[in-house]
Amino acid sequence: MSVLLAGAAAALFAIGTYLVLQRKLSRIIIGIGLLTHGGNLLLLTAGRRGLPALIGEGDPSELSDPVPQALTLTAIVITFGVTALLLALAYRSWLLSRDDEVEHDLSDLDILLGRGSHEDDADLLERLEQLDDAEPPASGTDPT
Amino acid sequence: MGFVLIVHAVVGTGLLLRARTGRAATLVALLAPVTALVWWAANLGTVLDGGVVTEVHRWVPTLDLAVDLRFDGFAALMVLIVSGIGVAVFAYSWSYFDAAAPLGRVMGLLTLFSGAMLGVVLADNLILLYGFWELTSVTSFLLIGDRYRDAAARSAALQAILVTGAGGVAMLFGFVILGVEAGTYRLSTILADPPAGAAVTAALLLIAVGAFTKSAQYPFHSWLPAAMVAPTPISTYLHSATMVKAGVYLVARLAPAFAVVATGWRPLVVVVGLVSMVAGALRALRQHDLKLLLAYGTISQLGFMMVLFGVGLEATSLAGCAVILGHALFKATLFMVVGIVDHGTGTRDVRHLPALGREWRTTRAVAVVAAASMAGVPLTFGFIAKELGFQGMLDASMTGNGVVLGVLVFGSALTAAYAARFVAGLYGAYRVATPTGAPAAADPTSPAAPRLHAPSRSFLAPAAVLSVLTLVFGVAPALLDGLVGEAASSLAGVVVDAHLALWHGITTALGLSAIAVLGGALLFLWRSRVDRLLAVGSRLPSGNDGYHASVAGLLGGADRVTGVVQNGSMPVYLGVILVTAMVLPGTALLLDAPWDGWPQLVDSWVQVALVAVLLSVALGAAIVRHRLSAALLLGVAGYAMAGLFVVQGAPDLALTQAAVETLSTVLFVLALRRLPSRFERRSTPVTRTLRLAVSAVVGITVFGFALAASSDVQPRHVADEIVERALPDGHGRNVVNVILVDFRGLDTLGEISVVAVAAIGAVALARAGRRPRGEPRPSTAGPGGTPRHAFVEVVVRALVYITVTVSLYLLVAGHNDPGGGFVGGLVAGAAVALRYIAGGLDDVRRMVRTRPWSILGAGLLLATLTATVPLLFGHPVLENGSWDLALPLLGDVTITSALLFDTGVYLVVVGLVFMVFEAFGGEATRESDQTEPPEQPDELVEREEREEART
Repeated sequence: MSVLLAGAAAALFAIGTYLVLQRKLSRIIIGIGLLTHGGNLLLLTAGRRGLPALIGEGDPSELSDPVPQALTLTAIVITFGVTALLLALAYRSWLLSRDDEVEHDLSDLDILLGRGSHEDDADLLERLEQLDDAEPPASGTDPT
Repeated sequence: MGFVLIVHAVVGTGLLLRARTGRAATLVALLAPVTALVWWAANLGTVLDGGVVTEVHRWVPTLDLAVDLRFDGFAALMVLIVSGIGVAVFAYSWSYFDAAAPLGRVMGLLTLFSGAMLGVVLADNLILLYGFWELTSVTSFLLIGDRYRDAAARSAALQAILVTGAGGVAMLFGFVILGVEAGTYRLSTILADPPAGAAVTAALLLIAVGAFTKSAQYPFHSWLPAAMVAPTPISTYLHSATMVKAGVYLVARLAPAFAVVATGWRPLVVVVGLVSMVAGALRALRQHDLKLLLAYGTISQLGFMMVLFGVGLEATSLAGCAVILGHALFKATLFMVVGIVDHGTGTRDVRHLPALGREWRTTRAVAVVAAASMAGVPLTFGFIAKELGFQGMLDASMTGNGVVLGVLVFGSALTAAYAARFVAGLYGAYRVATPTGAPAAADPTSPAAPRLHAPSRSFLAPAAVLSVLTLVFGVAPALLDGLVGEAASSLAGVVVDAHLALWHGITTALGLSAIAVLGGALLFLWRSRVDRLLAVGSRLPSGNDGYHASVAGLLGGADRVTGVVQNGSMPVYLGVILVTAMVLPGTALLLDAPWDGWPQLVDSWVQVALVAVLLSVALGAAIVRHRLSAALLLGVAGYAMAGLFVVQGAPDLALTQAAVETLSTVLFVLALRRLPSRFERRSTPVTRTLRLAVSAVVGITVFGFALAASSDVQPRHVADEIVERALPDGHGRNVVNVILVDFRGLDTLGEISVVAVAAIGAVALARAGRRPRGEPRPSTAGPGGTPRHAFVEVVVRALVYITVTVSLYLLVAGHNDPGGGFVGGLVAGAAVALRYIAGGLDDVRRMVRTRPWSILGAGLLLATLTATVPLLFGHPVLENGSWDLALPLLGDVTITSALLFDTGVYLVVVGLVFMVFEAFGGEATRESDQTEPPEQPDELVEREEREEART
């Protein structure tokens, strides 16, 4: 690996990180794309450069390292699948809120401010008891 | 032994499955303990001769796990208690439960519970013992919560499993430490040659916590009284023979070996036992509910046993064996009597109990005998056992045995007092006159009792038999010399000569027994004064308060931790994750990095140009505020990557990357076209600075790692071997493809599964709430409603056929030349994109007859079948087969099964592309207008439906 490629991978990581830390889902997806490019570059350049890894192309010692290539290839395809899924999330977010902003989770904020969700528990219990009342009291060993 | 356990499991599960079985369930359940007793009788001879029956089934030998069963003297005593009381309880259940009630569930659980307890006392492997131990916890949870419609039953069950479960976890830690220190998990080997040291002491203390929670010792006792909500047969079994005895059992096993070795262990067990004995008895003296009185009595008696066994000397262990048997006999009897009274009168409260007439005579007699045994009155077995205990403590060569003995006598006096309270309660000494004279409203947990009625003979019989045994063993204790003696011998590891006798002459122990009984009598006689003293106790915090406080504290603490750790902001989460992922290994790198100087600056000048493009478009993608421009710049970055792959000597990657990039760009445009075209809402300078700082940390660390990695080049054994074997083993010249479909084919199978999941997820997310797709409509308009051009149509059709042909070529040729299923599938995807551009989603749908998910599924199925079919023929997974065929036109062709596998990969990728268009391509043909005002999602769906209906 050369300093150039190491620097390129590092720069891709840095730019990708900057984008991933944003609140717009589109930018996060683009950031993930750049991060995977950086990762693939690191992975690939960990192996030796050389002729295409095809038997007969040259002396086996001159061929490039096929192992990281195989890993990278599947990584590229999986990234495509993941990108599709994330884009679907962005699309859904647009359907629901007309934007792809990743909002602050309000229920988490409630917990932080001590407005925990234990009222929900009480609520649930109440409903459970109503359910019990609705059904005829079974004998102690009702298996249902 | 394994056979006995299996019978329990089969009978128990069978009954659970036939949960509606009525009373007959009790008879079926009886099979299990009766089998155990028959087996017990058959093997008793061996044990009484000092022998041991063992049985080992290999399980996971590498983990030192085995189904390792051992039947020795103490196990024989415990099996007799568990199964003997089991027979009595199961027989009692016949009359206790309503004849019409479905009993399959409760009897099945009781049988499993009983089997689990047998497992605990027979297991000779610590991990196996732990497994059975937790099984008793789980089954007891279900049993205590048997009346699960009742909130009290649910909370009591929860309390039981939380407390005993927490103790169980502590115990497991202890077991593992002990096993590691001893080098084996076999209990008998550990006890024969006990390890020592600080770690062993810690292990023993942890195990003691487990035993205390299980045996309801202070301060973990509160679950046991709460568990009284369970039907009486369950309480009877739980208290007299199972569950709570497990903790005592474990202490009894470990104490002889470890009481002296593990510093601090004996004092801890003895003190906890003494506190439980006294405090439990004091609480029992305050109870009006007979069942609760007995429950606290159990805590007290278990404390007594803890002390006797915890001392770990021969004489005290012998006494412990006698006490554990005596307690089983009288406690089972007393619980059954309470159940009978409850059944016949509708209450267990001594203040409301009606007068029990002549027809209750036998019941009362049975109860009096059992209570006398509890109090330690001569001629009952309880007296023999208690006196053995006093004698053992007198002889004990232990510092402080005088103090312990004093507390034991005091505790025994209290025991005698609450035994008297129990009997007096039955005779109506505490009755409070109620206005109507009738018993107060029945406890909701009691079986309905319409009117006062005395028990039938069959109802009383089990309790009566146990009472008779209490008397028989009390008068002729020598009958038990062999069994109890052998039990103590197997614990102590030396032969203990047991001579149980009613009369040893005038001894100190006899005097202590007399003091205990007389003291109890006095306490009972002065009960009004004692009660006033005891009332102070009600103002002390109870164990139940402690339990509730700790549960509330746990929940509150979890809230606070959650509030801080999970603050709801995704950038914060990601930032923390990224910084952690960088800083921790980065520090290690700085401290211990191989550094051989800088590697070469550049290997090829083409790379400089490519990297320049790559980084400038990446920066551009980060900076531009136009959404689609950012996506397009990302696409350019992808092509630059493909260029770098070519330079590196990876044509497969370059092809794949280029195809993916093309499709991704289409995808981005499709998915993002509706979103606002520009990114609004600029962030504050502070957040931007933070973001930049995190990015810089990530970039610098990655740079450091890349350099460190490049200076530490490993020899390429793996790569060389793979290249060497690609042709002979993998029948392919393209090594990358051979790795994907053959050498690491299982990985690829996993990866295409991930792709399939992502595709399904994308479609589900994008299409949720929409109508299922209808039949493709004849379409005369291109995207955006523009009319179609014949020229475009023709060109696109021709291009599609060419592209599909190329993709098939890539698939077939990929094993020897650049290509393969992934690339082929993506190129076919490009053909789909072409059709989409020409005719929209409808044209895409017309390309294939099946639905996109069928293609995806077929691909996954094909790949999985290719991978697994070799298994049928005894070959390993993904074993490659090849056939040489002479085909017309093509000549000799070698077909490998890897091609089939790759075809599966191809189909999955094609399916993914189809599904992506299905997900995002939807309304492009109908709603291309981006400037329309935002609609509510519901309206959108409705509108779509209207439109679909119109066409």
